[in-house]
Amino acid sequence: VAIVKVLELARLLEAKAPLRTHGLGAEVTVVHAGDQMSEVLASAVAGSLLVTGLTNGQVVRTAEVAGLSAIVIVGGKPLLSETIQAADRAGIPVIQTGLSMFEACGRLHAAGLRCGARRVPEPRVALPR
Amino acid sequence: MSHPPGGPPVSDGEFTKIQELLYELAVAEVMTPRPVTARASDPMESAKALMRTHRISGIPIADGPDLVGILSVEDVIRWLEAGGEAACIEAWMTRPVHTVRADEAAIQAVTKFGRTRVGRLPVLDEAGVLVGIVTPGDIIGRVLRVLDRRYRVDERRVQDQPLEPQEALSEGGVMRVHYQVAARDFERAGAAATGIKRLLGRLGVDAAVTRRVSIAAYEAEMNLAIHTDRGGQLIAEIRPDEISLEAIDEGPGIPDLDRAMTEGFSTAPDWVRALGFGAGMGLNNMKRCGDGFSIRSSPGEGTVVRVSFNLPSLTESAPGIPVSAPLSAQGR
Repeated sequence: VAIVKVLELARLLEAKAPLRTHGLGAEVTVVHAGDQMSEVLASAVAGSLLVTGLTNGQVVRTAEVAGLSAIVIVGGKPLLSETIQAADRAGIPVIQTGLSMFEACGRLHAAGLRCGARRVPEPRVALPR
Repeated sequence: MSHPPGGPPVSDGEFTKIQELLYELAVAEVMTPRPVTARASDPMESAKALMRTHRISGIPIADGPDLVGILSVEDVIRWLEAGGEAACIEAWMTRPVHTVRADEAAIQAVTKFGRTRVGRLPVLDEAGVLVGIVTPGDIIGRVLRVLDRRYRVDERRVQDQPLEPQEALSEGGVMRVHYQVAARDFERAGAAATGIKRLLGRLGVDAAVTRRVSIAAYEAEMNLAIHTDRGGQLIAEIRPDEISLEAIDEGPGIPDLDRAMTEGFSTAPDWVRALGFGAGMGLNNMKRCGDGFSIRSSPGEGTVVRVSFNLPSLTESAPGIPVSAPLSAQGR
């Protein structure tokens, strides 16, 4: 498992927006990707990097409450002003990338980062063979 | 830079607030419920009278439970210009009808008004039954009322600070903090959890326990914001050996607790899901975080959820001195 600094993640993900200046030296080893905040609260370990397509302020609240290290917002969506303010207040770095969820996760995995989920839920429906 | 069509340019901040609000509000919250309807076989003359009596500009035309058309004031004018001779509504009504669902976000209705140029949209529930009608004026009126209310609330408190507890009592080694959580206030939801997290940090509570308490408080707060009619209270009690959270509301209550406790079961509307919540995991998350969990609910009366957390280590350390180092120190 690799240890990657937030500043390095920004380069890896071709971050397009200027980063907030704090927390860039934070180190990340595990990642949780998804748009369900309850899922993040249930299974992301403290210190995880959150990769999500959501842009509302609750993303930052979730990261703060769950003790996550940084947030990557995929898909090139603009941030709400409320989200930027919340991130500044919580001292959590936010990286915006134009890459898709799939591409961003692929690059993070290739860089040596690994899954930050504490438990993987059983699939409810059997997959077709 | 874009701004609302036809309106004066507004600053980015204001525009964002209005947009956010349009995503937050459900059509059900902006529509006029139980609209006046008529049958396709009714005479045009009676439709004209209905519009005048009720001061409305459009009437959904129903055949039993089915919506078959809509008669607008423009249709009535066309009929009058053509001579206004006795005719059934069916001959002059507009169809097919553009509609919108009650559980969709108000932004969907705004988009449809822009695309279709109609002046009103009948609102259907999940089963396709007519439950209301919405006009651009309804939406503007509602947005202005909400903005006005929030503006006044903002004036009363310093914005962007964690929610201050309404009461903080400390006696006999018990500290009690009490937050009022507003229904449907998504901008503020989570502020009590953040406040509790910072308080526990200041008290030197173990970081892992603090995290579990904060997560449970956050889910409790979300439930109060999403599912209650009038919000509720979140109470945290900190004792030397235990922390407890209690979320209390006055309704509507949970009809089937077993189902509510089933992971993945949720009654949250789509607009809540679009914000990343309402996946049916909240109560389970709270239970998983706590060392003790109980829930009582009765429809029409309300719900009380209690989660408790053991604090074995706090008794051994003096208050104010961290029991263990915070997990991430770089944020300080």
